Amino acid sequence: MSIKKTSLYGGATAAALALTLTACGGGSNAGGAAGGAHDKNATINIGSLYEPQNLDNTAGGGQGVTEALNGNVYEGLFKLTDNGKVENLLAQDYKVSGDGLTYTFTLRDGVKFHSGKKLTSQDVKYSLEKVIAKDSQSARKSNLEVIKSVETPDPRTVEVQLSKKSISFVYNLSYVWIINSDAKGLKTDEDGTGPYTLDKWTRGSALSLARFAGYWGDAAANKQVVFHYYKDATALNNALLTNAVDVVTSEQSPDALDQFKSNQNYKVNDGNSTTKLLLAFNDKAKPFTDVKVRQAVSAAIDDKKLLESVWGGYGKPIGSMVPPTDPWYEDLTEVNAYDTARAKKLLAEAGYENGFSFTLDTPNYDPHPTAATFIKSQLAKVGITVEINTITPDEWYTKVYKNHDFTATLQEHVNDRDLVWYGNPDFYWGYDNKQVTQWVEEAEQASSTSEQTELLKKVNRKTAEDAASDWLYLYPQIVVANSKLSGYPVNGLNSQFFAYDIKKG
Amino acid sequence: MGRYLLRRLAFLLVSLALASVVLFALLRMLPGDPANALTSVGAGPEQIAAARHSIGSDKPLPEQFVHWIGQLASGDLGTSFVSSLPVGPEIASRLNVTVPLTLAAFVLAVLIAVPVGFVAAHRRRTWYGALLNGVSQLGIAVPVFWLGMILIAVFALNAGWLPAGGFPQDGWSQPAEAIRSLALPVITIALVMSASLIRYVRSASLDVLGSDYLRTARAMGSSFGQAMWRHGLRNASVPVISILGIELASTLLGAVVVESVYALPGLGSLLATGIAQHDYPVIQGVLFVSTLAVLIIGFAADFAQRIIDPRLRGRLSGGAR
Repeated sequence: MSIKKTSLYGGATAAALALTLTACGGGSNAGGAAGGAHDKNATINIGSLYEPQNLDNTAGGGQGVTEALNGNVYEGLFKLTDNGKVENLLAQDYKVSGDGLTYTFTLRDGVKFHSGKKLTSQDVKYSLEKVIAKDSQSARKSNLEVIKSVETPDPRTVEVQLSKKSISFVYNLSYVWIINSDAKGLKTDEDGTGPYTLDKWTRGSALSLARFAGYWGDAAANKQVVFHYYKDATALNNALLTNAVDVVTSEQSPDALDQFKSNQNYKVNDGNSTTKLLLAFNDKAKPFTDVKVRQAVSAAIDDKKLLESVWGGYGKPIGSMVPPTDPWYEDLTEVNAYDTARAKKLLAEAGYENGFSFTLDTPNYDPHPTAATFIKSQLAKVGITVEINTITPDEWYTKVYKNHDFTATLQEHVNDRDLVWYGNPDFYWGYDNKQVTQWVEEAEQASSTSEQTELLKKVNRKTAEDAASDWLYLYPQIVVANSKLSGYPVNGLNSQFFAYDIKKG
Repeated sequence: MGRYLLRRLAFLLVSLALASVVLFALLRMLPGDPANALTSVGAGPEQIAAARHSIGSDKPLPEQFVHWIGQLASGDLGTSFVSSLPVGPEIASRLNVTVPLTLAAFVLAVLIAVPVGFVAAHRRRTWYGALLNGVSQLGIAVPVFWLGMILIAVFALNAGWLPAGGFPQDGWSQPAEAIRSLALPVITIALVMSASLIRYVRSASLDVLGSDYLRTARAMGSSFGQAMWRHGLRNASVPVISILGIELASTLLGAVVVESVYALPGLGSLLATGIAQHDYPVIQGVLFVSTLAVLIIGFAADFAQRIIDPRLRGRLSGGAR
């Protein structure tokens, strides 16, 4: 049983540090067989390993709260669809001033909170300020700190001043829940505008949602949704096999999939994730200060074989930090591709004809130990000796992430659009390239998304050529469901799980 | 008797106080900072400092300890670092699962172990006596999670008679569902617990069967049944009861495995979550309540032994007279 994963940047609380915000989607293939009559009053039972810690996403609710409530109970001004697109939600329209510093949002009319109160600009102001408040534990706090002020000229208009340009502002707003400014006790209750109200949360067991009759948009395709929480993946799969749940939001191991694949009562959906497994070098520590050494190590490891051994036929090889669903994706798997002859040549050029040895700090939960052993055997073939040092998530956080006291480490990075960390020379991996830093800054200040995309493509290529890290593979995102179900999200983008389109029968 | 009760109560309070010091100190020695668990990895030092301040972990340890003890004295188990919800009601709701689970398993285990253990002793020279003894030896070696998985595979996945796991969301207001959910976990614990109990019952029975007083009773004309009922059972039950106390206490604490296999929202799963998240108030609360339960069970076992065996009354409190 893996407890919650430590993964970089994202979520909010969870095991020792951080969390698994899986993300982003590709094709618009909502899962399951569509068509046919469905039961409009069905109850959809969803099985998950991620119970919310509380129901407030600015107070450490964690990944589970996003999964259960985002888009279902709470809505933002914008939403990130399962395909990774940003669409208007509670914002009917918005304008950006010429200097890119003033955003004016017009709110949708006729939106009501579950308590019956009408949505006004005051609620939006309150919700935005809650995310950037001093005691906020929102994972998006640092992204939204560019907000200088929020004005409410009339009940349907919100005007936001930024301290500097931020092309990702609207995208980041898709993470901000609009909450009734009068609501209290949001850790155990809710007052949002979504298609469901919270019916009941039994901690440690289940959380149920009921269709909201006063919803402003199309009513949910089912009457009730129950998230059932499990600690153990086997218990979760058993629940699916005995029809106690209809769908599992995210399978974390390929072991159990065969029993579903060979059974026509179930459908195994292989969606797109944004979780990347990294062999992260400390680019400021010898010998990885030398780009040739990093390239050599990258070329000496057969990523496809590793992926096959960890995930069977699932997941994808990846040549850089950018998953296919980010707008600035390019297939760079050929850069520093598997080639032991080239690896040996590069090592010789760097002055390491006889190899060298280094310590690999390896988090103690799957898949890191497996990957570490594999890397050790691969690198032995080019004369590099790997010492595997197994550490806990806490130790990883302190030793590697905070103190940068490491030579190389393994870590999963879960978020979409996280290439930009290579522009921060103080980040744990110590990649310091002035040009890249400048491109990343310019990209955030860009006046159009195409300009942003162009700049980040350059960053992508440069970091890949420099082998800033070795990106081992992209995780699969696997949703397994009863064949009677349709309309469920398959990409689990940033841990969201929109339930309102799910049909049974 | 009043004096004895008073002494036991004092003992209980002193034990609790000691346990709370040890608990608090041991937890603080664990590596890792709970504030890290509260913030995302992108968090800056300011956000981490704010998190520390909000949970009070920036205060000196003695001050934190006094705060916790003060709360305890007023019956408050504190507030979870992670969920910011009070720990007491959370534990109470988990006890709704763990207490029925443990007690039902305990009763079932005794119902299995006492007759089987006795037969295994009384008929030790027959083939079935030896078989019972062998099976119980084997049973001790069976890990709880493995037995749980086997029972799930047979009775839930294949036969479909019982749920494979989980507990009804409305708990005991759906009594039939709740009982069905607990059936397999109860059987799992009971089987494992009875395997070791059988051995104790068997050896206690062997002692009694070979005793002089039983032979004397038979010689004076009692039937075997009468002699066992009047003299054997009482004598055999004294050592068994102390084992029962220990078994019950360890089952309460060991429920974490069974609760995980069967996805039950009990005390064990709360403890596991608390540990994973460095949620000290939750861990402290669960362990404190468990310690209290263990001490009470120990007291109950001791008390029961005194009722059964009058000789113990003089021995345990004699020194004070």
